[in-house]
Amino acid sequence: MSGCPDQGHLVHALLDGELDAVNAEAFEAHLKTCPACAAALGDLQGLRERMAAPELRAPAPAALHSRIEAMIAAETERPKRRTPAALPWTLAGVFAAAFAASLAVTSLPSTTGLADQLVADHVRSTLASHLVDVETSDRHTVKPWFNGRIDFAPPVVDLAAQGFPLVGGRVDYLDGRVVAALVYRRNKHVINVFVRPQPKGLRLPAAGAHDGYSLVRWTEGGLEFWAVSDAEPRELQTLKQDFVAATRG
Amino acid sequence: MSAAEAQRFRALILPHLDAAYGFARYLTRDASRAEDIVQDAFLKALRGFAGFRGGEPRAWLFAIVRTTFLDAARGRPAWSDPQAAEAVPSEDDSPEDALVRQGEIATVRAAIEALPEPFRETLVLRELEELSYRQIAEVTSAPIGTVMSRLARARQMLLAALSEEKRP
Repeated sequence: MSGCPDQGHLVHALLDGELDAVNAEAFEAHLKTCPACAAALGDLQGLRERMAAPELRAPAPAALHSRIEAMIAAETERPKRRTPAALPWTLAGVFAAAFAASLAVTSLPSTTGLADQLVADHVRSTLASHLVDVETSDRHTVKPWFNGRIDFAPPVVDLAAQGFPLVGGRVDYLDGRVVAALVYRRNKHVINVFVRPQPKGLRLPAAGAHDGYSLVRWTEGGLEFWAVSDAEPRELQTLKQDFVAATRG
Repeated sequence: MSAAEAQRFRALILPHLDAAYGFARYLTRDASRAEDIVQDAFLKALRGFAGFRGGEPRAWLFAIVRTTFLDAARGRPAWSDPQAAEAVPSEDDSPEDALVRQGEIATVRAAIEALPEPFRETLVLRELEELSYRQIAEVTSAPIGTVMSRLARARQMLLAALSEEKRP
């Protein structure tokens, strides 16, 4: 398989695309007259095909992804306190003034960081990295999947009938801890619903927009839910109503 | 690290987690050791990210994975037996095809895992991770000429092993 003695290494370089145009052309001409080198190239191509099976490339387990996400967050300095004037929340609807007042009087340094993180988590999930760790529309598969991955039990509901099919679940990292993320679709839009135990003593706005993404928050049964998406804010309000109705029903 | 640096790390380095794990699997030949190596390597990568000067992120990360592995392997007894990992059949295959395919994948994997170092890492970086000669040289701290001769030898050994496999 080694080709002819003086040109054997060129077979590898050609196969690997490591020859410049001039040398590649010269060697391809050589291949036409040298059966040994042509056979060697054929052997190497056959080997490459056998090594092309995707099963030979094991992706990292979801738990490792989660641990490394957690590690990055732990190594990141906490965002600095910002003044209320610098809060990037632009509040929708007629409640804007009321919220602005509550923002001004409530210590909410973490709101900015939290909105940043929620949107960052959402955006990251929609990029190539990974949208879901467990991909299924069956809520009976998603719910037990969270066992042992997080220390609380998020409600998982399927809202396909209401136009929000369940895509799957994922563990993500938010504000210093591992949280559950449920992924829904609304037409072409991805909606992440982040779930974590309700933090104490925080007064947060129930809806807002950040960097062009909509956020809706609600609490239920000691848990806090954040729906994040590039869908219209009213779509998220609908999701919230349907979600709450389904968990109560 | 600052929040901005963390975002940069997420954008540049984190997408190569699966590849780093795949590389570590072939270095360690053991799934749980590979997880440990990758986790340690990411901690080093995070803490040393300031030293990343905007080269090829994957080669930079792989070099850290490899160093972490070599440090961990130092003082260890010789290799543990390679574990035949389960092959996942493709859903498109019929049951018979799936069996044949599983056998084929297990055969190729075992043959790769049986290659001695430094030939195994060189071949894995080229064929499975698709690094260029220059990048492999960077990861393994070897001159390009050495990378080329190791790669040729690795392929020769693998071809020989796989053609023996076929004989009854």
